[in-house]
Amino acid sequence: MDKLLEVKGLRTQFFTQEGTVNAVNGISFDLGEGETLGIVGESGCGKSVSMLSIMRLVPEPPGKIVGGQVMFQGKDLLQLDKDDMRKVRGSQIAMIFQDPMTSMNPVLTVERQLTEAMDMHLKLDRTSTHRRAVELLEMVNIPEAEARLSNYPHQFSGGMRQRVMIATALSCNPKLLIADEPTTALDVTVQAQIVDIVRRLRRDLGMSIIWITHDLGIIAGLADRVQVMYAGYIVERADVRQMYRDPRHPYTLGLLGSLTRVDAHSKDRLTPIEGRPPDLIDMPPGCPFHQRCTYRIPLCLEKNPALSEVSAGHEIACWVDTKTGGQRS
Amino acid sequence: MSQSSEVLLSVQDLKMYFPITKGIVIQRRIGYIKAVDGVTFDIHRGETLGLVGESGCGKSTTARAIIQLYQPTSGQVVFDGEHELTHMKGEQLRRMRRRMQMIFQDPYASLNPRMPVGTLVREPLEVHNLLTPGERLGRVQELLEIVGLNPYFVNRYPAEFSGGQRQRIGIAIALAVQPEFIVCDEPISSLDVSIQAQIINLLQDLQRQFGLTYLFIAHDLSVVRHISDRVAVMYLGKLAELTDSLTLYESPLHPYTKALLSAVPVPDPDTEEKRQRILLEGDVPSPANPPSGCRFSTRCPVASDVCKQIEPEWREVMPGHWVACHHV
Repeated sequence: MDKLLEVKGLRTQFFTQEGTVNAVNGISFDLGEGETLGIVGESGCGKSVSMLSIMRLVPEPPGKIVGGQVMFQGKDLLQLDKDDMRKVRGSQIAMIFQDPMTSMNPVLTVERQLTEAMDMHLKLDRTSTHRRAVELLEMVNIPEAEARLSNYPHQFSGGMRQRVMIATALSCNPKLLIADEPTTALDVTVQAQIVDIVRRLRRDLGMSIIWITHDLGIIAGLADRVQVMYAGYIVERADVRQMYRDPRHPYTLGLLGSLTRVDAHSKDRLTPIEGRPPDLIDMPPGCPFHQRCTYRIPLCLEKNPALSEVSAGHEIACWVDTKTGGQRS
Repeated sequence: MSQSSEVLLSVQDLKMYFPITKGIVIQRRIGYIKAVDGVTFDIHRGETLGLVGESGCGKSTTARAIIQLYQPTSGQVVFDGEHELTHMKGEQLRRMRRRMQMIFQDPYASLNPRMPVGTLVREPLEVHNLLTPGERLGRVQELLEIVGLNPYFVNRYPAEFSGGQRQRIGIAIALAVQPEFIVCDEPISSLDVSIQAQIINLLQDLQRQFGLTYLFIAHDLSVVRHISDRVAVMYLGKLAELTDSLTLYESPLHPYTKALLSAVPVPDPDTEEKRQRILLEGDVPSPANPPSGCRFSTRCPVASDVCKQIEPEWREVMPGHWVACHHV
């Protein structure tokens, strides 16, 4: 697979009155053409900030991308000037957000918002833009698309708004779609509709997708590869089947142990991860997970393990072999 | 979990309508939001009854109407066989509230930010005049310990706690008056997965320890399966199906239950690949203007003419298995 995106050593910090928040701590990953990468993690793990950094949408100040490279089709996005970056955003890389109500402008019609990116990037004439807008709404299964274009966001339900957001994001045929928890605010039946639409569009349009979520269920049916983030680091990365069949990092094991399943009738106690994530301002030395980790060995308190392979394509950032409990060689 | 057949709470044809008004000075009623439109079920002593449904289906309103935070439009709520709650007022109702408590969804909004934790947890003891003022601090510290918080946190304010810890404070407040029945209204929805599991375990431990009865409301079907003995599914102000949790999840009868269950993603790529989803068309209709006949008929994959005209009856098709559908 050709590489569409290569992120190297990305580091983003927020400078606040309380101190420096280490939101993203030098993460590296890549994404192939047509590939779907799932990023899983809990609140504050840096999954959204890392995506905002790729899009160069981190609010500055207080935030700042302090290091790293984001190579997209051979260009480093972090080196582009504002105008060039604007040409990438919306046309090459598009993003959809969690809350479709706050990411739409309530006083503009859906057509205005849907065609904004097209007007900027594609420069079609008015009739073709309108035709394309109708097509896009039909593509995301909105009935009576033509009539719906003159509606305002409040006239749509939550699920329909999110479908409009997807249509907007896809209006300029982006190579990469970044989806930041797009279904979290929606009901399960509506979530299933959205996931179904995304799967179909991915097949028809062949774009790459980065899907951020805290829901290990949704990513199982959607991603090719999954990476788990914790406290601004990637702690495990593997092919989706490998990840669920043979998770290796103690945090991933903990997440899966915390999960209730709709298809299993187990009344056993869950095994939650005790404690809570570290303070990103005052990070403990060593591995960021060591305070909550049941596999901890003395080395974990001293040095932070780097991501390294346990088998081909399966990497973890951990000193311990969770199969044996001993130190990895 | 030791559930008995003794009915602790019996809900009969409960309705909760909210008026829609028009006009500023002279308000005219132009219709009703039928948030809860005739639900009937029992909760047995010591069990956990899960109540699931999508947003706006009326599950929280049902809970609030049960413990009389809303005055129900009609229907009966009988607590412990003899107390009919819907006609109670003032002192009488206040005394009943000692036996029924509630845990809320948002631990950020449900705790007064200006009160230290000790005061928050002590308040129910004062309201119900339990213990002597001197004994209360000890009880507060004991409660904090029960829910897994440091008893010396009494002087801290809610802002100093994380979401999971705040939910523990909410649980301590509910436990303070030693209730028999607790309504848990989406108690874990705003928490991260690893913290959710901590709270679920805590709720189960407390149930065992104090013989509590829960009405557990959630939209997350997998959590409800894990914690509930029986589960009720609600759609647009009415119950669709109610049975023990194993039967509901393994052999659901109502088409809505089937669709709902098939929509829940499973953390297993192989299962996900093979699964057949029942995709529902469109959105939930407005409770101000619900469809005639069966409320689910506008989205139901097996709806027929009779569904659009006649409302299905809430009937017991097998012992303990209740369904409202013409096609079952």
